[in-house]
Amino acid sequence: MSKSRFVSDKATKEPSDAAGRGISRRRLLGGAAAVGVPAAIGLNQLVSGSGIAAPPAAAEQPPSHAGHGAFPHASFAKGRSVDHRANGFHPTELLRDFDYGKTRRLASGRVLREWEIVAADREIEVAPGVKYEAWTYNGRVPGPTLRAREGELLRVRFVNGSEHPHTMHFHGIHSALMDGMPGIGESRGGGQIEPGEAFVYEFDATPFGVHLYHCHVAPLAAHISRGLYGAFIIDPKQGRPEADEMVMVMNGFDTNFDLANEVYAVNTVGFHYVNEPIVVPREELVRIYLVNVLEYDPVNSFHVHGNFFQHFPTGTSLQPAELTDTIIQGQAQRAILELEFPLDGDYMFHAHVSEFAELGWSGFFRLVNPSRLAAASTAALYCDLPWGGGQA
Amino acid sequence: MEAGARAERSLGGGLPAWALGVIPLVLIAVAIGSFALLGGPGLGERTGPPVEEVSVEQTALHPGQIELTLRNDGPDPVEVAQVAVNDAYAPFSAAGGLEIGRLGSTTLDISYPWIEGEAYEIFVVTSSGGTIEASIPVAAETPEADASFYGLMALLGIYVGVIPVSLGMLWLPFLRRLGSQWMAALLAFTVGLLTFLAIDAGLEGLEIAAEAPAAFGGASLVFAGALVAYLVLAGIDAYLQRRAFATKPEEGSLVARGATTANRATTGGAYLALLVAIGIGLHNLGEGLAIGTSYATGALALGAFLVVGFAIHNTTEGLAIVAPLRGGGESDGASPGIGRLLGLGLIAGAPAILGAWIGASAFNPSLAALLFGVGVGAIVRVIVQIAPAMRDRNGRLLYPSTVAGMLAGIAVLYLTGLLVSV
Repeated sequence: MSKSRFVSDKATKEPSDAAGRGISRRRLLGGAAAVGVPAAIGLNQLVSGSGIAAPPAAAEQPPSHAGHGAFPHASFAKGRSVDHRANGFHPTELLRDFDYGKTRRLASGRVLREWEIVAADREIEVAPGVKYEAWTYNGRVPGPTLRAREGELLRVRFVNGSEHPHTMHFHGIHSALMDGMPGIGESRGGGQIEPGEAFVYEFDATPFGVHLYHCHVAPLAAHISRGLYGAFIIDPKQGRPEADEMVMVMNGFDTNFDLANEVYAVNTVGFHYVNEPIVVPREELVRIYLVNVLEYDPVNSFHVHGNFFQHFPTGTSLQPAELTDTIIQGQAQRAILELEFPLDGDYMFHAHVSEFAELGWSGFFRLVNPSRLAAASTAALYCDLPWGGGQA
Repeated sequence: MEAGARAERSLGGGLPAWALGVIPLVLIAVAIGSFALLGGPGLGERTGPPVEEVSVEQTALHPGQIELTLRNDGPDPVEVAQVAVNDAYAPFSAAGGLEIGRLGSTTLDISYPWIEGEAYEIFVVTSSGGTIEASIPVAAETPEADASFYGLMALLGIYVGVIPVSLGMLWLPFLRRLGSQWMAALLAFTVGLLTFLAIDAGLEGLEIAAEAPAAFGGASLVFAGALVAYLVLAGIDAYLQRRAFATKPEEGSLVARGATTANRATTGGAYLALLVAIGIGLHNLGEGLAIGTSYATGALALGAFLVVGFAIHNTTEGLAIVAPLRGGGESDGASPGIGRLLGLGLIAGAPAILGAWIGASAFNPSLAALLFGVGVGAIVRVIVQIAPAMRDRNGRLLYPSTVAGMLAGIAVLYLTGLLVSV
């Protein structure tokens, strides 16, 4: 069941050629959208050109108005959406965007994997109309999902293009100098990296699992909550069973700087996956790399509707710890979740801290089977609800 | 003086008086114009993030809907981005647009399944991520402003204003039986009542002003209202006395000086009663406003207990009005007719109806603060007017019976006020 995602002796910046199966699935879904029905809902306009399928919109009948007057759940004002282009990243793309860096084989035969990460201050829109002065890795929040394979040598060149000092602190096993910790290693160019300076972090890819990296400059809460974090995945040597994989970084934004979050989300934009449900295949394995970086709140949680998942805490074991439908995580806790959806339809996922759910941390999985357009009429219902996304 | 006159002559030249008045205005206009044309030389770009100051002027609740009226109180335009009710984002629309210019306002229609009797905290997120907070302490449907609603408010005004004040005036025959030595003490009692009312109204005004946009004056509106009311009443007083002096010279002048003659007591008593009625009426305007607003926003549960409380509380105001009518004793021939008493009762009580109407239909914290200030100013003016009649032969204001009277007045109002503290 090992997957062929790693062609370890070649530079694989783009995973797509390695993950051929992924492409075919996307094509399949894209075809479904085309065969499916006219895009009555303007969902995924931005995404449609990017290789990620737009969900097939609506069935033949006009959208139902049953939603009016009902309050299915919290949402943003109708008809407004985030300008993903201005943001420079799109949560739907970000979901399956794994950054494998550049690889080459060292004389020893070991694989060296390298990335360059640039810290930059950037205004992003975290909810329709709400701008936030974020601090980013590579211009996006969360930062790129760095993905390597157990045992490789990793080298991350960090350039601080921000106006503030930053670091990259990886959760992993490494030397103190490589810890991205201010006060340790400044004399050797490490520690706190001042604006305009750079540093190369080098360490082994171990242990396998789902980890994270973030800035460790004081005040820590500010540096993290501003957006300096990302997922860091180390695949086991033998790989994991083939699946539709995605990254979910649970985060939040304290837009008025009162040390409490106003917007909660997975992958930054509140309610994004409500407006653009995550399209997943039926009866196929879905793997979620879930990382909680939420600042100012002690716990976060993940719950999925109509289903159960296998929970691999920190992803450091190949044996699941529990079959469940809800887990909680403190900050920096993370896990791999594996599940299959047996039936078509829209299935919500959200923080089971209801407050977070209603302040943006909610989304839907959309199960689409070309042969089952019945489910699409359910979809049409959602699209006419007050929070139905993308409508002009 | 000589030097000043000379300077004026040399500065003014041969210009007519109107030109001398206009020249500074023209110069001001030129200065402002050139300052603006040159883009404010020397000031440079303002640094720092935009200043967002927005106040919530009104909240209204309709089934499944919360209406918030926001006013931009700061120097920069503010753009509304999202609205959350009790920590849940809610769909909303803004007919007046999302952007609020300086001193402009907009109304947000928020879809939310609110439940009667619950409390709601709303935060509005602006485009810069700032928040504007509003709270609804007790949710209740905002009454539609139709005829029956205005009827209810009128009834409310009559309950808490007209009826109790009129009832309080029924003490007049009792007061008349009291010996003349009680006169000063009774007036002192009225002064005590009024002093407490003024303090109470002033504090309430300041409390409301704290929620009002600072750009419209905020707390200073209370003081401005008080000053305006005081000056206007003083002006009316002076005007009436001049007329009275023209017809009955000796009486008018005596009232003006607050001298103590039996003659003054009759005419002056009726006059003082009228003044007290006006002062209390202006105060009741503010009280009605507060009641109407609380009722409309659901903050006030209109229990029978509360109405009874207000009635007892305001009965003391009727007593304050008739105290000056008691007369000085032997020469009180002109007993005021029922018509006059009713008139006084209406002057003092009816403004509560008007206040309730305004408060329930078009509440505006700035206006409310101003009206409370007006009530305070009116009461202070009345106190100043009554005080001279309390003087004893030696011209003293404070002596045992007046001090006791004032303390009694304060105590009575305080104790009855406990019935209506919500």
